[in-house]
Amino acid sequence: MTTLPVPVDEAQPGPRPTDLDADALLGLYRDMARVRALEDQVVDAFNAQLIPGSTHPCIGVEAIKAGALSTLRPDDLVLATYRGHGECLLKGISAEAIMAELMCRTTGVNKGKGGSMHLSDPSVGLVSTNAIVAGHIPMAGGVAKACQIRGTDQVVLCFFGDGAACEGEFFETLNMAQIWRVPLVLICENNGVAISVPTALSQATPDIADRARGFGMPADVVDGNDPIAVRAAVGAAVARARAGEGPSLVECKTVRWERHSAFSAGGGDPGEQRLAWQRVDPLPRFRAALTAWDVGDAATLDEIDAAARDEALAARTAAEKAPHPAPESIHEDVFAPTAP
Amino acid sequence: MVGGDNSTVSTSMTMSEAINHAIGEAMERDPQLTLLGQDIGAYGGTFGVYRGLFDRFGPQRVIDGPLCESGTIGFGIGIAVSGVRCIAEIEFFDFVGVAMDQIFNQAAKLHYFTGGKLTVPLTIRTPIVSRMGMGPQHSQSLEAWFMHIPGIKVVIPSQADDALGLMRTALTDPNPILFVENVRLYGRRGPVDVDADPIPFGSARVVREGTDATVVALSGMVHEAVVAADRLAERGISVEVIDPRTIVPLDMDTILTSLAKTMRLAVAHDAHKSGGFGAELAARCMEQGFDLLDAPVERVAALDVPIPCGPVLDEVYPNADRVVEAVERLMGLTR
Ligand SMILES: Cc1ncc(C[n+]2csc(CCOP(=O)(O)OP(=O)(O)O)c2C)c(N)n1
Repeated sequence: MTTLPVPVDEAQPGPRPTDLDADALLGLYRDMARVRALEDQVVDAFNAQLIPGSTHPCIGVEAIKAGALSTLRPDDLVLATYRGHGECLLKGISAEAIMAELMCRTTGVNKGKGGSMHLSDPSVGLVSTNAIVAGHIPMAGGVAKACQIRGTDQVVLCFFGDGAACEGEFFETLNMAQIWRVPLVLICENNGVAISVPTALSQATPDIADRARGFGMPADVVDGNDPIAVRAAVGAAVARARAGEGPSLVECKTVRWERHSAFSAGGGDPGEQRLAWQRVDPLPRFRAALTAWDVGDAATLDEIDAAARDEALAARTAAEKAPHPAPESIHEDVFAPTAP
Repeated sequence: MVGGDNSTVSTSMTMSEAINHAIGEAMERDPQLTLLGQDIGAYGGTFGVYRGLFDRFGPQRVIDGPLCESGTIGFGIGIAVSGVRCIAEIEFFDFVGVAMDQIFNQAAKLHYFTGGKLTVPLTIRTPIVSRMGMGPQHSQSLEAWFMHIPGIKVVIPSQADDALGLMRTALTDPNPILFVENVRLYGRRGPVDVDADPIPFGSARVVREGTDATVVALSGMVHEAVVAADRLAERGISVEVIDPRTIVPLDMDTILTSLAKTMRLAVAHDAHKSGGFGAELAARCMEQGFDLLDAPVERVAALDVPIPCGPVLDEVYPNADRVVEAVERLMGLTR
């Protein structure tokens, strides 16, 4: 089953979800708006040469981040990719600590030496983002295994792209996670392309979910631009994992932002790609649904947008004022200190 | 002798038993410490190092996993960053390449790039299977690869009591550690003081004192160097043999102190010569002790060819004869 995102102007809001009250629905919208506003500010800061290297915004995939994260308890754990600022923000790393890390400032969540692709704050359950495609997937399996070893009922979410689903470590993790029934939910953001190579050239089957099924793992395919659909599928997977029933995979079909990263265009024409993602933009679509469900009027939603933009701008302003790490700090944290 | 009698101060163990002892006692102390690998369960490990641990600690803690080195190390890292100490095994050193990204891009860098937020108390055990005639994909000593990567410690013991003391240290260290064993040494028996303190990393052992030349040797070559030193002693040449025991961190002080006395250095290891530990040590001695060197540093190492199968492998590996020849050159006795 292939479930491509529905264009905004064709989307039918459908019935209002019964398990979510107005606050929860507005909360989902707020989460999406906060991620969008942060990433808009990130792109702007990159273009102003405040962010070195590269940065990979999750613009256009906010519904996946918000829908999936909304199913978690605070003590649940998340691992993600370089395209994971959204997970970091929604799991509880402050916009300022993220922005400062991207700008390599001492106030960054990782003291400014990790940068855009390496964010981590285990104190809020964001174990790590990672710059090696699929490199974090077995690690996520291990974090889930550790939950089992410690006898907790925490659940681990692991985000990755369609490109990552071609790496051996992905397959190894499917097998190991399923053998040991670890509490892991694999979330594949299938945005149709890995830098420049379209999934038509890289994937042997249209649905990456089939790979999980091949290992006997429950798997779902959803419209990744519908936060309610993402939430439902991930929520069911999280519930299974928490109940000790093992791992699942949720494949979220989506459309990539106009470029691979702020640094690399990533094939195709960014102008055309912009039209493509904006045609299915999850924010106006969810906005229309909320309005249709009488959950929030335009003023309420505008206020949420404005607050999100304020948060992002304040984060950027504060980050810009913070210092870069001192030269001596390059020697810090190579090794953890050993007990005397 | 597995799980030996703790009341005896000095006992005798093989290196394999010593490693087993250190791991067993750590598992008693830390009820979460988990072992991952292939064939490590009831089978006890390909070379039997884990013998008895499965019966003592059960399948939840001595976990036989599927054959996937990346996945094994990756899961080990995930377990370790969660605060659960883990030992993951790579069955032969040669297979480490399959797991390389997890070791050098993940385990070795997580602490750094998270600004210290994650620590990785993961020990990766792996044996050198040199000189057993298993051919080019089952014979290599690859420790130098890991010296090149900041963020992982590299331990390479040559005898039972060192293995015990170093494994004890490994199992309290919060960092990723590559613990390089040697199949030829597993069965080698030696005195072990089970009440001794753990051996800190970065402390070399002066295996034998001497005044004319220093031989820094790793793993199996420590014993070849001692044989060479015996033979040279008969000719009145006094050789100091040093086993660094860990190459990251490396105890340069002990080596330079020795050089100040002998002014001559040979390095001996089973790994290939090019880009090996010997190259690094020679460079460091040049940087830090150029004035101490009376002769060019000699490298006694495997030749730069893939390790062949069968009796010709003896042509490739270094041995006591080659150490003797190197020292003769150092002494200006031959060229
Ligand atoms: C192992 C590895 N190979 C290649 C790269 C370079 N690279 C970075 S992102 C990327 C594309 C990944 O595509 P996908 O997994 O679909 O995620 P997306 O970027 O589309 O979100 C590549 C090839 C890398 N970082 N790591």
